[in-house]
Amino acid sequence: MSLNRHPMPEQPVAERVQNFREVAVGYDAATAALEASRCLQCKTAPCRGGCPVEVDIPAFIHCIRDGKIGDAARKIKEKNNLPAVCGRVCPQEKQCESHCVLGKKGEAVAIGRLERYVADCDRATASSETPIIAKNGRKAAVIGAGPAGLTAAADLAMAGYDVTIFEALHRAGGVLIYGIPEFRLPKDIVAAEVEHIKSLGVKIITNAVVGKALSIDELFEQGYEAVFIGSGAGAPQFLGIPGENCNGVYSANEFLTRINLMKAYQFPEYNTPVKVGKIVAVVGGGNVAMDAARTSLRMGAEKVYLVYRRSEAEIPARHEEFEHAKAEGVICQFLMNPSRIIGDEKGWAQGLECQRMELGAADASGRRCAVEVPGSETILPVDTVVIAIGNTPNPLIPRTTPGLVVTRRGTIVVNERGETSRDGVYAGGDIVTGAATVISAMGAGKQAAKAICGLS
Amino acid sequence: MYQIVTKKTLSPGVQQMVVKAPMVARKAQPGEFIILRVDEKGERIPLTIADFDAAAGTITIIFQEVGAGTKALGRLAEGESILDFVGPLGNPTHVEKKQGTVVCVGGGIGVAPIFPIARGMKQAGNKVISIVGARNHDLLILEKEMQSASTELKITTDDGSYQRKGFVTDVLKELIAQGEPIAEVIAIGPVVMMRAVAEVTRPHGIKTIASLNPIMVDGTGMCGGCRVSIGTETKFACVDGPEFDAHQIDFAGLMARQKTYVDMEKTCDGAHTCHGGGTCSCH
Repeated sequence: MSLNRHPMPEQPVAERVQNFREVAVGYDAATAALEASRCLQCKTAPCRGGCPVEVDIPAFIHCIRDGKIGDAARKIKEKNNLPAVCGRVCPQEKQCESHCVLGKKGEAVAIGRLERYVADCDRATASSETPIIAKNGRKAAVIGAGPAGLTAAADLAMAGYDVTIFEALHRAGGVLIYGIPEFRLPKDIVAAEVEHIKSLGVKIITNAVVGKALSIDELFEQGYEAVFIGSGAGAPQFLGIPGENCNGVYSANEFLTRINLMKAYQFPEYNTPVKVGKIVAVVGGGNVAMDAARTSLRMGAEKVYLVYRRSEAEIPARHEEFEHAKAEGVICQFLMNPSRIIGDEKGWAQGLECQRMELGAADASGRRCAVEVPGSETILPVDTVVIAIGNTPNPLIPRTTPGLVVTRRGTIVVNERGETSRDGVYAGGDIVTGAATVISAMGAGKQAAKAICGLS
Repeated sequence: MYQIVTKKTLSPGVQQMVVKAPMVARKAQPGEFIILRVDEKGERIPLTIADFDAAAGTITIIFQEVGAGTKALGRLAEGESILDFVGPLGNPTHVEKKQGTVVCVGGGIGVAPIFPIARGMKQAGNKVISIVGARNHDLLILEKEMQSASTELKITTDDGSYQRKGFVTDVLKELIAQGEPIAEVIAIGPVVMMRAVAEVTRPHGIKTIASLNPIMVDGTGMCGGCRVSIGTETKFACVDGPEFDAHQIDFAGLMARQKTYVDMEKTCDGAHTCHGGGTCSCH
């Protein structure tokens, strides 16, 4: 057996930076079967322990080996209602694959790629039948149609609940549609996964802002017995440096929402504009920063800097995203911390002043903190700056929900079952943890659904 | 889908629509705004609420056909529907009985959102003096409505084609000079007008509120596109506003940011007309 996993076929770099089509094109049947045959089918299945939603990984891989792709899809969907999404955006190398026994001597089984293969085949053949669900006569409300909310809603619907999702934007999907770019997660795939969840009987009301048009107390008055809050991380963080309100300075949320949700990359056919200049600096080192940097290249930027205040070793982004960004020509500026955005006389950004940094001792998160080197200012000549340093929780719901306890940072406090300080109100995902991953939000949605059903 | 119940042209290029949106109407208050999207390819357009009727489940919007989005909206007929319509967003105006006169200043299309505020202030027992400005008589909107919503209504036109020739600030200066006991001034209109109002009241220490309508996408605090400097802080107009202390607003920064997409609007639209009804300097 090969110690190496089968490589993922990709669009060539020179081609892909010119388009928004998916970079990774996916395994074919033969490659998937070969990769599946690498799985040792460990009885203890350590990989499952690394999956926040506990997919029975050896079982679905076994089905692939036997050529029973429909069975593989059913096996995955017992636990995961967004497999085509997870196969693409989960940080598998930190989760399931990090527990794979093969990883000790060689490369772990490419679990994420196999999951994606199964989900894509399943969607193409429309083999996935809707299960017959016995209704339990109870109503549950879910706030936010992102990964946490969609997962909670699907699990509740499968348990017999009459579920309604209230979504503030005009389309369901949350970060999967406004944040993650088309070239990493095609929007028709998200739409198909949302359709699957609707086929379970889940109703989705878009353009409904809970905290403004509706309060949680009103949802209870309307007969909902449980409310799950999965409203996401919400508000973008800025650097708090001079010049940040210059034209050409975007939060990653705004930049990506314009391009992904509003399709500014198809302007003027789609009416929403975005301004991507010749030289872009993206500030941050997470997946969102990688997405913004790679999006900038595709929008025609000649040069894209990734400005990160720590070193390459501390980059929090998923390995594949960082590698893709580098391969596509993103220029990394490590140990650089922005201190000022310089504007021209009309208020447009024309430079990003940065301080050199040195690594100091490890901080609470275990990453080494960065310390400024005095007198080390350098100016990057850029006309667009995208700030991708994270989000803070959106205060709309806590503000309008008396008795809902939040932390000093504004995240909602829950116990291990996902219960908040209010009876019948549950929460999960970024609104609880602060910005994290799609799969951890899904895990939290699943946990809360279990608790609502009285199973945890 | 959100049906257009009635549609009326108020002045050249300015349309009024009453839209069926029960969930929004149920909660709407003066000072709040909505965001709409005409069709699948449309922008999300923020518009301050011009009126609301919870019983009928309707929201009234008034808009100027300036960009591709508002022009597409203007092409919709009575009975047709808007694809997306979300709200109410932002914080409502503090409508209450004040210690003194409330002066409501509306310029151009800004008269639309000032109307429910003036009405609310009058209903709360205040003496309301409204000052409404337009470039010319043809562009004046909601005169009758403002008359009924105000204790006194004063009208100015830039060219003198109707009532007093001049600017809203001329009238405001006179009121102050005459010793009108003004508790609060609320100004909505082109940014230059709101800035001018703030400069008139600043030396007198009169509390002045301006309602901002900057570039925004989601309207719920997620994008930060609508950020504006208020004193030493950066605020989001969508969740922290849209009303702010006019003496603290960085109007120059706001105007610069509003010009971000001017050239692209031309690409999209063929011709750009200014958002402030021609009275601003955004061309």
